[in-house]
Amino acid sequence: MHVLLDNTDLFLRGFVGTVTLTGLSALLALTVGTLLAVCRVSPVPPLRALGTAAVTVLCNTPLTLLFFAVTLGLPMLGLSRLSYFCLAVLTLGCYTSAFVCEALRSGVNTVETGQAEAARSLGMSFPQTVFLIVLPQAGRAVVPPVGSLLITLTKNSALAGGFSVYELFSTEKTLVENGYAILTVFAWISAAYLLLISCISGVFRLLEHRLSVVR
Amino acid sequence: MTSVLFDTRGPRARRRHAIYSVVVVGGVAALLTYVFLRLLDAGQFTAAMWQMFSYEGVQRRILAGILDTVKAFLLGVAFSLVLGILFATTRLSVHRLVSVPATVLVEFFRAMPLLIMIFALYNTAWLRSSVTAIGGSLRDHLGGPGSWLAATFASPTLWALVIGIALYNGAAQAEILRAGALAVPRGQREAAVALGMRKGQLMRAVVIPQAVRSMLPSIMSQIVVTLKDTSLGFIITYEELLYAGKLLAQNTATPTGYPYIPVLLVVGPCYIGMCLLLSTAARRLASLNGRTATAPIRREKGLLRRR
Repeated sequence: MHVLLDNTDLFLRGFVGTVTLTGLSALLALTVGTLLAVCRVSPVPPLRALGTAAVTVLCNTPLTLLFFAVTLGLPMLGLSRLSYFCLAVLTLGCYTSAFVCEALRSGVNTVETGQAEAARSLGMSFPQTVFLIVLPQAGRAVVPPVGSLLITLTKNSALAGGFSVYELFSTEKTLVENGYAILTVFAWISAAYLLLISCISGVFRLLEHRLSVVR
Repeated sequence: MTSVLFDTRGPRARRRHAIYSVVVVGGVAALLTYVFLRLLDAGQFTAAMWQMFSYEGVQRRILAGILDTVKAFLLGVAFSLVLGILFATTRLSVHRLVSVPATVLVEFFRAMPLLIMIFALYNTAWLRSSVTAIGGSLRDHLGGPGSWLAATFASPTLWALVIGIALYNGAAQAEILRAGALAVPRGQREAAVALGMRKGQLMRAVVIPQAVRSMLPSIMSQIVVTLKDTSLGFIITYEELLYAGKLLAQNTATPTGYPYIPVLLVVGPCYIGMCLLLSTAARRLASLNGRTATAPIRREKGLLRRR
């Protein structure tokens, strides 16, 4: 217990770091993921190819490699004023967006064919069909998988601690360097993650309950 | 291609889409050119930066990095599958004394970030001392093959990585297997019981084989995740491909800085290629499995089907 009480500020800083990192990258991932999904079902062939290529590459890149590439590469491309935190949000967001895109695409598949046909027969264009008719229904269908993607994102955000962002993994590293017993530190850090993850899964269970489509 | 989501294109839509296509292709080309020019400007494509890749020593170290990645991956997969079967069967056990602890363990390992676990294992004193001790005794008692074994496997970082991967992915595989076991039709179990099989036999001979078969796609994609997880060894300085690359870049000073980008351009495709190869194989296996098992033909249904 004294490990936690003596280092409340470190734990708090790490916890807040993990929460903001996860929250911001989740927003980015959901936005980019939706756009990628729209690209992948769009009528313009190069857009479809672009979406497919992006998803294939991102899904098959280890997150560590992506972190390494972004933190070294982007500053060299003229974005040198971005902080390590921004770079980590970008990395985590883009990585997760590929999985969000795949989830949404399978959600699109659960929407009944008649819905899109009705939209088209009303004279709706492709953006109207997708954004007003298909995606709202697809989004509701994929609440549980997106929830588990966000839980994975929370766990993946620990990697940012290895690339100069302060979050819970950095707290673990600092405390170990300060000579605390690893098992105690690990127990407290894991308690923090368990708290965070049970919150997310609770929220998503609520959302699933509220948003589920009766078919 | 046509789809349910949009009308068959008329002449105007075709013209509009042609313009969009040009814009998209042009945009991507412009972005790539910009990236290339910036890197050229930063001196990343000078001969001095790339020369090191022609040395045999450097090539050998990259190859060693690939081999170390594959080593951690194979050990991780083997242990995670064993643990997965163990966790799944204990979680499905009718004895609550067995199933409750298994449930708690699986849920805990699934919720933990892998990196946090690996780092904790890496800093565990007894893991280091026992790995070193085992390495020493292998060297003392087995002679030549023993020292080869010790040199290849007796590294604390390797085992911190492998044990972490095995626990995390083992819990994930256990959940996949459990879902598969629960999906095995009830008649199968009842038939096995009627034949007088014991609980262990029922699991081994009837339930697990069918669960593995129906869950093969998910198991394979979890194995791809395992391969990607080996790159976490980078953080605890296990010498896998990425870390080997970083060391190479750090040890080569050129007039325009350290060659991080060239190393990334060599090592990155190696890593992505390995993952791509494995996930393609996984998809092949899944479609093969789908054809021989239950569904005769797999076709896209719903909105994504082609008209």
